[in-house]
Amino acid sequence: MSITEERTNNVIGQRMLRREDPALLTGEAKFVNDLVIPGALHLAVLRSPYAHARIVSIDVSDAASMPGVVAVYTGKDLHSTWAAPMPCAWPVTPDMKNPAHYPLAIDKACYVGDGVAAVLATSETASRDALDAIDVVYEPLPAVIDLEDALSDRVIIHDAIGTNKSYTWNLKVESAEGAVDQAFKNAAYTVSERYIQQRLIPMAMEPRAVAAVPQPFGGDVTLYSATQVPHILKVMTAITLGIPEHQMRVVAPSVGGGFGSKLDVYAEELLCVALARKHGAPVRWVEERSENTQATIHGRGQIQNIELAADKDGKLTAVRVRLIGDMGAYLQLVTPGVPLLGAFLYGGVYHLPQAYDFSCTSVFTTMTPTDAYRGAGRPEATYAIEVAMDALARTMGIDPYELRKRNYIQKEQFYDATGNHVGYTAFHGLNYDSGDHLAAAEKAMQHANYAGIRKQQKTQNVPGARKRLGIGMTSYFEMCGLAPSRVLASLNYGAGGWESATVRVLPTSKVQVVTGTSPHGQGHETSWAMIAAEKLGVAPEDVDVLHSDTAIAPLGLDTYGSRSLAVGGVAIAGACDKVIDKARLIAAHQLECAAEDLQFDKGTFSVKGSPDKAVPIAAIAFAAFTAHNLPDGVEPNLEAQYTHDPKNFSWPFGTHICVVEIDTETGKVDVLKYVAVDDCGNQINPLIVEGQVHGGVVQGMAQALYEEAVYDKDGNLKTSNLAEYLVPAACDVPPITTDFTVTPSTTNQLGVKGIGEAGTIGAASAVMNAVIDALSGLGITKLDMPASPNNVWKAIQSVQGGK
Amino acid sequence: MQVSITINGTKQSHDVEPRTLLVHYIREHANLTGTNIGCDTSSCGACTLHLDGEAVKSCTILAAQADGGSVTTIEGLSKNGEMHPMQKAFMENHGLQCGYCTPGMVMAAIGLLNENPKPTEDEVRLGLEGNLCRCTGYHNIVKSVLAAAKK
Amino acid sequence: MIPAAFDYKRAGSADEAIALIGQYGDEAKFLAGGHSLIPLMKLRLAQPTVLVDIGRVKDLSYVKDAGDHIAIGALTRHMDVEKSPVLAQHVPLLAHAASHVGDAQVRHRGTIGGSIAHADPASDLPATTLALGATYVVQGPKGKREIAAKDFYKGFLESALAADEMLVEIKVPKMNGAGWSFQKFNRRAQDWAIVGVAAWRNNGTSGVALVNMGSTPVLASAVSTALSKGASVADAAAHAADDAEPQGDLNASVEYRTHLAKVLVRRALEEASK
Repeated sequence: MSITEERTNNVIGQRMLRREDPALLTGEAKFVNDLVIPGALHLAVLRSPYAHARIVSIDVSDAASMPGVVAVYTGKDLHSTWAAPMPCAWPVTPDMKNPAHYPLAIDKACYVGDGVAAVLATSETASRDALDAIDVVYEPLPAVIDLEDALSDRVIIHDAIGTNKSYTWNLKVESAEGAVDQAFKNAAYTVSERYIQQRLIPMAMEPRAVAAVPQPFGGDVTLYSATQVPHILKVMTAITLGIPEHQMRVVAPSVGGGFGSKLDVYAEELLCVALARKHGAPVRWVEERSENTQATIHGRGQIQNIELAADKDGKLTAVRVRLIGDMGAYLQLVTPGVPLLGAFLYGGVYHLPQAYDFSCTSVFTTMTPTDAYRGAGRPEATYAIEVAMDALARTMGIDPYELRKRNYIQKEQFYDATGNHVGYTAFHGLNYDSGDHLAAAEKAMQHANYAGIRKQQKTQNVPGARKRLGIGMTSYFEMCGLAPSRVLASLNYGAGGWESATVRVLPTSKVQVVTGTSPHGQGHETSWAMIAAEKLGVAPEDVDVLHSDTAIAPLGLDTYGSRSLAVGGVAIAGACDKVIDKARLIAAHQLECAAEDLQFDKGTFSVKGSPDKAVPIAAIAFAAFTAHNLPDGVEPNLEAQYTHDPKNFSWPFGTHICVVEIDTETGKVDVLKYVAVDDCGNQINPLIVEGQVHGGVVQGMAQALYEEAVYDKDGNLKTSNLAEYLVPAACDVPPITTDFTVTPSTTNQLGVKGIGEAGTIGAASAVMNAVIDALSGLGITKLDMPASPNNVWKAIQSVQGGK
Repeated sequence: MQVSITINGTKQSHDVEPRTLLVHYIREHANLTGTNIGCDTSSCGACTLHLDGEAVKSCTILAAQADGGSVTTIEGLSKNGEMHPMQKAFMENHGLQCGYCTPGMVMAAIGLLNENPKPTEDEVRLGLEGNLCRCTGYHNIVKSVLAAAKK
Repeated sequence: MIPAAFDYKRAGSADEAIALIGQYGDEAKFLAGGHSLIPLMKLRLAQPTVLVDIGRVKDLSYVKDAGDHIAIGALTRHMDVEKSPVLAQHVPLLAHAASHVGDAQVRHRGTIGGSIAHADPASDLPATTLALGATYVVQGPKGKREIAAKDFYKGFLESALAADEMLVEIKVPKMNGAGWSFQKFNRRAQDWAIVGVAAWRNNGTSGVALVNMGSTPVLASAVSTALSKGASVADAAAHAADDAEPQGDLNASVEYRTHLAKVLVRRALEEASK
């Protein structure tokens, strides 16, 4: 049954204002650092100023005697505290190298920012002052910041593993052995491109913050953390610290953005819990921004080599990809898996035969560890295929949109010969649930006035023009809704991909929804209430959504990978179905009819053909509560728990188009227009969907034009604060034109797909294709991100020899 | 040292170290935690509040400098349980997501309209140059401020 | 982001401030709006042991017409410089440049005197007042003296101010209807200029100064000389970087910065010549 048939309550699809907002707008919302915790000690972490150095000695005596200081610890002091090293949940290959990683470094610091000592004091001020008094003697070692240099093993970072290479992971799909080589041999056109995905800093506006509150005599600990993943954190904290899992409770209160950077298990979380237990007192820590840029994970960081083979019409016949992934100094929670999340997408939205050869080698460097950052692997893949498609179009001398049209997976290909919708099974064996790329692209073309811009270019982009116009597009498929547990098993991921929901109709007919997702800006409370209201036929205001506290919502796998709606939201619908099924039995009992004779509409059960014989779900909830007259075998209370393990990923798609104007004298790129046409299937709340696209697009645009984590040759981060790392402000970016097509997913009952990462996935390549389009008339066909004024100017100089 | 500040209409006095920043005074001594801290370089604007009627970054002012002054924080905007028109406009236009930059953004936006009651879209964008948001792409923030200006 | 501890002294007048700074010596610093100093202190890049707060010396906040020049109190905030009708009429270049300093919140607190005394080559107002041929009035234990802007900037964050002297007034000649332009090139609006240009032209005379083109604000004398000899705007602009020694940084190489200076000076002169 699809939602369209059931959708009678007209809640889903409304632009409902967010219930989260009043608390956030008035300052009532409590972020971790806002919590009042009497008697809390403050943790501060001393961090290595060297990218790579042996720790010769640490003298904490001066610091320990400062006023307010309770204790000072080194990595050696705490070594025996840890039951296990910090977790990496994704051993992507059996021979993957994963060096032991502890919350404080023991013998060696492996990046600037690596924690080497911890201070506990009675105030934040005292804890920070004491850091200056700790005397560490380092023996500096050479930094390793270049990925290819790292692979040479010239300098070994982790002595115990003897190499800087962590793993090589391959995905080769060939219809017959040698198919890829053959396709390149027979190709009418080939392109071979090399792209750099620069390191990015996620920069959630709320830096991380942690507070651990122990119960000294019972052994229980409550950990408050600015995290996206309270459930994962609970399990991992228990394992790492050897605490019985049932004694750990994790709470994520209001969380100020994450973008993947709070999808992790961090040293400071473990330090706060360990030291809170040791001292029998609450311990809290708040991250400063210039600490955040070094101690919280970075994103991207790949060298991509991509080759395309095409026939005489430009139809793709093979794709070959060689990646080098920058893991940074250690493997964090899912660090090694990030490139794999893109591995299935280097064929883009195109009908590609089984001639695909992907290989990724990942390597340690002496920089902050990388991990999932908005899109995680998929923006990188989309960038590579989409920028390479433009290169192919230039090679062929045809319009890039024309080339894409020749290659799009066609709408008809999602149907079998008899017209049944079966999805499109791609070369790698995964099934794309639904899609209509041409429809989305056509809509985007109209919004962007593609033909008009092409015409305008002819008059504007003349030799010597001070301002050149460019237009670029991207068509993307996103693999999201992470994830079918069996697929995760095949990728060696250490957990499942399900999500849990409990729906409870209270005696007074108010509804509680308990979800395992953990929002940090996505508006789940609003959208999840809408889903339950739609399903149960109650008013959304009568639905409360509980989340992000493992004592209240014990089951869950949290929020990342555009999974919350496509997995967690669908779980709520499933739990509602179970509630309705149970209520139906009670209703049938009360109305003295067979359950199958009842219909459920607008929150009321009625006998088919006899609408007068009806009972509202509110009355059934009360009857279930009193339990005075329930059918035999039916338990009291109206509540159900449902765990949804998705059958498939969800595959949102769309086309983004960017129009830029470049000042050829200064190299400055102005984005004149940005059009995003996305298809995330059915939309629960279009207001929120649009907001997700806006934010995602600007993050992708920021990668293309502004942002880069820059290290010097000694491994010092030069962009360690918000004055140097250029997160754009309102005046630095344009308004975004959003529009949608709606192609429901066929693999979940709500027909929904994820939307949290789509904007970011589409934007960087759309912007860069526009930039290169503007400059191609000057002979420029390649440009690394970010397309900063200096970089653009340099590119122009290189082709014009300074003229 | 003793520092007295009138916060949201109520005069408070606290004994603080000279190095206490206004934002720490507001959060830790006045216990008003709606004003957030997002950076350490005066770049992000999350800590924006009004000092003597003007938008300022409270992370770049010593509490001692504000001694005797009058501060309005995000908590002081609602009147009789009704949100300020700017707060309402942010809600109605989905001008916030995670909400961390929001108090500072709202205070900056009110300051902007105080000085330029009918701004153009470009003036709104430029007027908010000192406030960073990582969630919204600013699209709906700008829409919110323009909507508030029309009220 | 907590500064190292210091003693705080509040001065009620310039005399009192100078006495206090004399009393505490090298480790003491003046605190005006604090928007240059406090960020450095939060990162503990500056750790003065005494701060002398001059923010309440209210009689140093003014913009006055003084006949051939405008006198600006050193503690006049950027916002008050930007909105001053007197400056709008007589020194519009300075009022406009002030509107480009930082962001609105910064302009509500930062002062013109603080910016000049900090002597940051990347700041807008030191270069702008330099282009305008301003004179700075400084006060020390022995009284007041005047220093021409062109003699004031001695090195990176170094000025001709003695340790016990305080900047009290900026005298800016009236522009008398000269054409002018302020060009600020950056990647984000809130940031310091990668390169900035303040320029004016009037009947054969001109003033051009550069932001962030060396260790001090730079007077582009070669440009004015070329113009006075009748060079075209484009030819004069080619001399933009003759007096500069720019450094490379994250946002601009030396070559790019030099190139930008020429482009921006040309654009500034074009606008000032209209």
